[in-house]
Amino acid sequence: MKVMICPLNGPRNISEFTYGGEFKPMPNPDTCSDSEWAAYVFNSEDTLGVVREWWMHTPSSYWFLAERHTVTDDIIRTFDPRELFSTRVEFTAAQPQEIAG
Amino acid sequence: MPFNLLKYGLSSEYPVDVDLPAPKELKPAYDVVIIGGGGHGLATAYYLSRYHGINNIAVLEKSYLGGGNTARNTAVIRSNYLTSEGVKFYAESVKMFQGLSNEFDFNIMYSERGQLTLAHTDATVRAFRQRAEVNKHFGGRTEMIDRQQIRELVPTLNLDPGHLPVLAGLWHLDGATARHDAVAWGYAKQAAKRGVEIHQLTEVQELVIENGTISAVKTNRGTVRCGCVVQAVAGMSSQMMKKAGIRSPIQTFPLQAMVTQPFKPFLDPLVSSSALHCYVQQTGRGEVVFGGGSDPYPLFNTRSTLDLKESLLAHAIEMFPFLANAKLMRQWAGITDMTPDYSPIMGLSPVKNYYLDAGWGTWGFKSTPICGKTMAELVASGGKVPDLIKPFGLERFSTFAQVNEMGATAASH
Repeated sequence: MKVMICPLNGPRNISEFTYGGEFKPMPNPDTCSDSEWAAYVFNSEDTLGVVREWWMHTPSSYWFLAERHTVTDDIIRTFDPRELFSTRVEFTAAQPQEIAG
Repeated sequence: MPFNLLKYGLSSEYPVDVDLPAPKELKPAYDVVIIGGGGHGLATAYYLSRYHGINNIAVLEKSYLGGGNTARNTAVIRSNYLTSEGVKFYAESVKMFQGLSNEFDFNIMYSERGQLTLAHTDATVRAFRQRAEVNKHFGGRTEMIDRQQIRELVPTLNLDPGHLPVLAGLWHLDGATARHDAVAWGYAKQAAKRGVEIHQLTEVQELVIENGTISAVKTNRGTVRCGCVVQAVAGMSSQMMKKAGIRSPIQTFPLQAMVTQPFKPFLDPLVSSSALHCYVQQTGRGEVVFGGGSDPYPLFNTRSTLDLKESLLAHAIEMFPFLANAKLMRQWAGITDMTPDYSPIMGLSPVKNYYLDAGWGTWGFKSTPICGKTMAELVASGGKVPDLIKPFGLERFSTFAQVNEMGATAASH
């Protein structure tokens, strides 16, 4: 079976992992337009070549990033998200909007 | 006939029936350029040339005719989808398939055997009821059946596979199969007869777009000017859309399938179970075809993996235990262009005169005739989208108007 190296747990069978989608910057849902949000939610780069993507080691629920080639299926590198997220990300709750009635 | 036999028996020359004319140079310009020589592209060319009087068409295929997903699918024809948009569209396709051999004067080996989908949970039973009602409403033949009826239809099926006993079935009488290569060849032959040029080993490398309008395509055999372009490239849809500068919601996954040695006929209907991620059918030659869901992560590669094949076969053997000793003859994978709502992307694009026929994921073969017909109407009318395919436009992903077919599609061909 194909082996992936989990940054936390070491080499594991690929069946222990869950694919989590492309790594892409999220627009601010409070300020972006509906079409920007739709593009973020639905559209994909679907790159032919090396991609950066989210993966999870399922038994330990640990999320990390991987760089993988989408033609050869070579996993080039896996790393902890701390490499990219050096500061804490705050999610402020939007003010509840009154629904016009 | 006997006179012909005598005449050519005595002559050294014999009239060879040529299906496809020998390849020639590309013309500098065509009215319509179709990228992709699979079932969809060839069908579009055929309907344009036969019913719309447009014959100055080039079909450009980077490899050989019908060598992509047209040859890699498991040849299931059905219309028991969930949404009214989907059911209407696929039902029309089933109807067209029924008359296709006559239309081509060429046998596509259409075989209406019915398709049986198994429910292992109450939630699936509920979804089946809805699908049966939607189907009946649009004239399809679909009904719910119980365990006893399933046993009578498929005596060899194990109704109590491991942890998932079968509760009920969705019996789709219109379900059928056909020879997929023959569909592509039939369209190719009839289109070529009407002057359509089919160029194999001709890869479109670049698209020339001027002022937001497609004007030419650059290939490995030179540049061709064109009035309009239809993109029908299946697994490479997202990459071709990128060449046109169009953002897409497509993600590309492999789908693996395999086929056993031939057996005596034992399985008439096409049987599928989405809970077991498996569908099984016996071909006219007696081979048993297994197909499953897409791979768990995106890839542009038709490699096979042992773990996926193993789990697919484990499920297949739960359904048909006596197949445990069967030998596999072939195994392969196709590259599927999956959309988030499991419906195709058809119609206009942000580039003028550039028409999309993409996002066919795992449901492309069954729609070949209706897709060709509606795409031909779209092209012939200069961009007036036929009602049948209006719901499948690319813009639905920016207006939140998806056509959700996930439940009726995933691993349940």
